[in-house]
Amino acid sequence: MLISLFVACYNDALFPETGKAVVRVLERLGHTVEFRAAQTCCGQMHYNSGYHSEAISLMRHFLDVFRGAQTICVPSASCVAMIRDHFPKMAAEAGLEREVEELLPRVFEFTELLVDKLGVTDMGASYPHTVTLHTSCHSLRALQIGDRPERLLKSVRGLELIHLPGSDQCCGFGGTFAIKNADVSTAMLAEKMDCIRGTGAEVCTAADNSCLMHIGGGLSRAGARVRCVHIAEILAS
Amino acid sequence: MSIHVGDSETAKAFPRAARELLGNEQLRRNVRRATDTIRNKRALVVGETPDWEELRESARQIKQRALRNLDQYLEQFEEACTRAGGVVHWARDADEANRIIVGIIEGHGEKEVIKVKTMTSDETRLNKALEAAGITPYETDLADLIIQLGQDKPSHIVVPALHKNRAEIRELFIRKMGLPGLGTEPEDLAAAARAYLRERFLRVKVGFSGANFAVAETGSVCVVESEGNGRMCVSLPEILITMVGIEKVIPTFQDLEVFLQLLPRSATGERMNPYNSIWTGVTKGDGPREFHVVLLDNGRTGVLADPESRETLHCIRCGACLNICPVYRQTGGHAYGSIYSGPIGAILTPQLHGMEHAQSLPYASSLCGACYEVCPVKINIPEILIHLRRELVESGQAPAMEKMGMKAAGFAMASGDRLGAAEKLARIGQPFAGPFVPGWSGSRDLPEPPKESFREWWAKRK
Repeated sequence: MLISLFVACYNDALFPETGKAVVRVLERLGHTVEFRAAQTCCGQMHYNSGYHSEAISLMRHFLDVFRGAQTICVPSASCVAMIRDHFPKMAAEAGLEREVEELLPRVFEFTELLVDKLGVTDMGASYPHTVTLHTSCHSLRALQIGDRPERLLKSVRGLELIHLPGSDQCCGFGGTFAIKNADVSTAMLAEKMDCIRGTGAEVCTAADNSCLMHIGGGLSRAGARVRCVHIAEILAS
Repeated sequence: MSIHVGDSETAKAFPRAARELLGNEQLRRNVRRATDTIRNKRALVVGETPDWEELRESARQIKQRALRNLDQYLEQFEEACTRAGGVVHWARDADEANRIIVGIIEGHGEKEVIKVKTMTSDETRLNKALEAAGITPYETDLADLIIQLGQDKPSHIVVPALHKNRAEIRELFIRKMGLPGLGTEPEDLAAAARAYLRERFLRVKVGFSGANFAVAETGSVCVVESEGNGRMCVSLPEILITMVGIEKVIPTFQDLEVFLQLLPRSATGERMNPYNSIWTGVTKGDGPREFHVVLLDNGRTGVLADPESRETLHCIRCGACLNICPVYRQTGGHAYGSIYSGPIGAILTPQLHGMEHAQSLPYASSLCGACYEVCPVKINIPEILIHLRRELVESGQAPAMEKMGMKAAGFAMASGDRLGAAEKLARIGQPFAGPFVPGWSGSRDLPEPPKESFREWWAKRK
């Protein structure tokens, strides 16, 4: 199957290893991956901050870039949530209803793509570490991806999955919230870090590098030895 | 317009108020403990309700119907209530409502009033207006009494004294009730409050309440509570005055069936409230002989006028969104500078009060969506927060720096080439700019910048 990768702007710039891992996993499963270099951003930051006309421009660009792509893989639950929950509303304003309606069934979050569309949970990965899973708000509530990440992680050789207490609670990232309300964001993060450290896991994973950047930044500042790794990188190992 | 949602015209912006409260460890422990307890109880009683989602959807539709035809339902309520012997007053704003209420009490030559817990009278600052007229209001809800005695502000819409623990309350009672030997057990505190209130219940001739629901079909008013003190206030006095926000009207008596399942489970984690008082007008020889209803607008029709956010008026004030909110959990309610705190306060306050007084509230959320998930009437709070942010941006009230940043990002993201170039520039610039991002770097390290972006790796790979 030809799979078009929407890597997400912040993964492109800051977390290229995640994109590379997605490519490795999909190719290992026998699929062909394409990367349309004109791609940029889903527009979530603009939309959530109230900059709708910019968000609509980015949506328009997204629709142009992925025209004709049959299967679009996105290793970022929050970008998929943006596309699924907010593109339809913006489309109504921009007169792009039909295009967005046609786009939505072709967009898959990475773990959704593996479990639902490709029907695999075991990629033959091996990762001999203790791992805890942060269920990001967008994967949990917007996409409702349920136990898909757990099922994928449980098939990894040598990986011991440790339950994260309070996993349904936001880590405090929230995009510009982390900066506009830095103190509250940090207090939320402190609670999340306590839970993560309490598991004793070596690695904290998630389907979103945005949360992981925030959590990992806090853990690093606190001198904790827990590493934050996107789920694609675990499945690619 | 005299909208007094709280002190938000003098309140600090949310981030500043929050920063101060974050330093109060005792308060934060109290808030965490109380909200954890309620949300766990809620989860249990919601979990055992198999048709919970259908109930939520029914409630949403009932509220939508009520608001769509609000003019008709309000007049229907007035007619039915009047027929049953009640007197209905219409108040455009807080001052008008307070004038009406003071007028009724003065008309009877009374100097005291006993009050059921109501947020609406906090909104109109009724107690201040009463005191200015020489009338003493007595809060009879235990938590409201604690707030009144301590000259404090409510920090939660259901549990207004949630930020106080038992030791703090005991100390307050000792001081304000003159009880030096007061014990430390919950029963001791309850007994002290009971003795203090009972005497007033029996003496005071005027009662005042808010309403959880007003039924258009029958003209009935409904108040739910846990202590029975509300029941005392609405049944013992000779004169009863009830103030109702106009959005509290529901079409039919049968609609209560839906809300009386949703509200107690969402608010206090109970299957049913211990006291459900529903009354219709006056009944000879039973309860108050005179009953007034004040229908309050105070900015609500303005909220109703905006189709993007009018579902804010669905709110039944259960407080579930406060208890689940990871932001409220850290700060408690006072950070919001409004009597309506938490996620619902963050959308209701700017709409009722005017955005210029509450600009920081639409941003006081990480948009995690937990509030929407628990809301018993399905208010899409995150979506309304975004809508309010948009209003700020489009009316030119967003900070100039933010606007510049967003425009620049929009420009860079207009094409893949531009984004690639911007990524390169950022990498070149980073060693000079230093690894510091204001607001971020106080508590979090930045990720190690990669040697090449994904798109560069991909281009080489082919």
